[in-house]
Amino acid sequence: MRKAAYIPKEGWKDFVAALAGRAEVYAPCRDGDAVTFRKIGAGQEPCLDEPAAGAPKGVIYPQSHTLFTFDFRKDPAEPDKMEVELNASTEAPEAIILCGRPCDARGFAVIDRVFLGIDPYYTARREQTTLITLTCNGPYAGCFCTSVGGGPADETGSDVLLTDLSHGYYVEALTEKGAKVLENAALKDGAPYEKEAQEKRAAATQAIRPVFSPGARPAEAPDAYWEEVSQKCLGCGACTYLCPTCYCFNITDEQSVGAAGRRIRSWDSCMFAHFTKEASGHNPRAQKSKRLQNRVAHKFIHYPEKYGEPACTGCGRCIRLCPVSMEISGIVATLTAAGT
Amino acid sequence: MQDVKSETLRIVGFLCNWCSYGGADTAGVSRFRQPTDLRIIRVPCSGRVDPLFVARALLSGADGVLVSGCHPRDCHYSDGNFYARRRLEMLKRFLPFLGIDSRRFHYTWVSASEGQRWQQTVTQFTKQIHELGPASKEAENAAAVALSATPAAAGGGAALTVPSKEQVEALKKAVIDALSKVDVVVGWKQGFDPLHVEPCFIEKPEQAGQLVFSPLCEQSLAPYLTRLKGKKVGIIVKGCDSRTVVQLLQEGLIARDSVYVIGVPCTGTVSVKKAAAAVGGEKVVSVSFEGDAVKVTTASGEKRIPLADILRDKCEPCRYPAPLVHDVLVGEPAKAPAGEGPSGYDDIAAIEAMPLAERRAYWERELGRCIRCYGCRNACPLCVCEESCIAETRDPHWMTQEVTPAEKKMFHLVHAIHTAGRCTECGECERACPMGIPLMKLKKKINKDMLDLFNYVAGTDPDEKPPLYTFKVDEERIEEHKLA
Repeated sequence: MRKAAYIPKEGWKDFVAALAGRAEVYAPCRDGDAVTFRKIGAGQEPCLDEPAAGAPKGVIYPQSHTLFTFDFRKDPAEPDKMEVELNASTEAPEAIILCGRPCDARGFAVIDRVFLGIDPYYTARREQTTLITLTCNGPYAGCFCTSVGGGPADETGSDVLLTDLSHGYYVEALTEKGAKVLENAALKDGAPYEKEAQEKRAAATQAIRPVFSPGARPAEAPDAYWEEVSQKCLGCGACTYLCPTCYCFNITDEQSVGAAGRRIRSWDSCMFAHFTKEASGHNPRAQKSKRLQNRVAHKFIHYPEKYGEPACTGCGRCIRLCPVSMEISGIVATLTAAGT
Repeated sequence: MQDVKSETLRIVGFLCNWCSYGGADTAGVSRFRQPTDLRIIRVPCSGRVDPLFVARALLSGADGVLVSGCHPRDCHYSDGNFYARRRLEMLKRFLPFLGIDSRRFHYTWVSASEGQRWQQTVTQFTKQIHELGPASKEAENAAAVALSATPAAAGGGAALTVPSKEQVEALKKAVIDALSKVDVVVGWKQGFDPLHVEPCFIEKPEQAGQLVFSPLCEQSLAPYLTRLKGKKVGIIVKGCDSRTVVQLLQEGLIARDSVYVIGVPCTGTVSVKKAAAAVGGEKVVSVSFEGDAVKVTTASGEKRIPLADILRDKCEPCRYPAPLVHDVLVGEPAKAPAGEGPSGYDDIAAIEAMPLAERRAYWERELGRCIRCYGCRNACPLCVCEESCIAETRDPHWMTQEVTPAEKKMFHLVHAIHTAGRCTECGECERACPMGIPLMKLKKKINKDMLDLFNYVAGTDPDEKPPLYTFKVDEERIEEHKLA
């Protein structure tokens, strides 16, 4: 399956345009003062000046998604009788996520274990989406992918892997889906560049020093520890919403006029106090220390117990974009060291 | 809002029970002809009309909103409409900033006996809305706009100085001294990399060694004051941060005897976001200040970034370099630059000068990035509603959980309007935003109007009252809006 190809920098624009011709292409785009994943416009190229603020998670798992619409209707002949009309669609457009990073693609692998084949909305979109991932040439602030089993050239979840060789991109199709998307692209033979690409990847992997060893399971810590580390936390949901692996959601009915409306699924965040608030008013995780503890435990203890891997890909977004620089990798490293 | 014939538009009217609703009734009883586009919602008093009622209606698709109450000096509850006048005037000026035509919102006074005046008001307002056309047209106009470059904030060379080692040592000593009076002192310590500084909570003298103070200490620590309620808290404040302390004291959100303020004069701070962007977000190995530049080292090498390029926007027109309130001051008090009154609203004036459709397009793009993480709200020292914030409550159900442009706009309107006349421009909302949305511009716009309307600057006098919590019987600078 693995077939290497090469796109010189001059051919990049046409390559992107060709992809945009076959499907909706989502890529990092300059968006005011930030870089975010957006549908690429005609003639536009991915913006690689800085790491994208959010993960491309929303392309497959939208932040708010209408599961179905409903409309209650009274029968004029029998006013006591109420009929409800439901409309649901799991139809998904064909899409390409271009220039996501290996940690982003690995994030989908984490969500796949929970949703793929179980949730029809996610499954449809996941199957319709091809991931053309760009390997990293070095770490961004906060990156720790090599500590969680990933790496700057990790293949997990991706269909095509691109490596930036400064004069062009080394292209590898990893799956059939990936090969298909490259079918009509004007590509050159990649064989002469294989060594260069491998060296680049090896150097990048070297540059990202693990903060803890893959497979680390943080030990339990007393409440006082969590109270101390969570003291600065402001309790917003930036960490979870930017995360490529966080998949917790809420379901609400949003009514329009009368009895018509939509049932939507929207991202929820375990860092919000409302997340665990029960109908009785009781909140089992009323303190932010408990919420932070849960977030770390879910990613590094509970999820791995069930699926064998941590629910974290070390993308570093929750660290570099946290308003108070909460460092999850530091917490795991401290607690792992404490346990051994 | 469906079930409306295409020739009628959707106008929502909020009418006070005692005067305007009576006026509408008088018009009806007198059989005055009126257009049928208006849907009336009866409220006890125009003072009951939260500006957010109007915003919600407009963002939900209303083509126009009319608020009418008793004439000033004639309120059934004596002063409800005086409060309403201030709030609604604030809103009337704020809506166009977001790209919503201010003519879609009108507030006026009609008494129970003025059936004729009511008829005229409704007729003229409806005519005005019909001339403007459906609200959806504005969205279409905005979608067609190709945005020109974002108006840049005033840049330039500020005389930013880096605190000396002695100053930092003096600060540590002040913190240790403070520990004899308080339970905890909030300060800054080094974060996960050399560029990031984070808050720290010092309870014992031996912890004081971790304190840092440099132009990287841009975060205001004031948001922790209300979170640490019940404790006696020492806090390190820069000039701008002290305004928040003043505001919290003014509103009774903290008690003066439960806070010990350690003031540090400031000559400007660096935007960590801008600095990180200047090195492409790469992992930072070292940071050092050298003259008028900061040297940032990453794996790609060393980069000298001129301080003028990465100075925080809010620091450039700083009028409050010295703390306004403090129990102890560490270092020489910095002086405010010469000149008259607070400045720094050039960026707001630049947006106000844009055509309406462009303003709307601008905010649609900027707020379009919002992920509703509520970082801005949680970082805001004046947002103290916690779990009761209407952005999240289901009852009342102010907002859906959807991430449509309207819902995002609504959320940011809630934050801006709830801090109107209170916001001290600490900039925490904008600093906290992971998506780089220029949120301060929304707050600054309102502050600009507060200055213009009431000659008021929040967070400067603990004995003052926020302008929207009070009124004057005769408002010198609010003129009655007339319908053509």
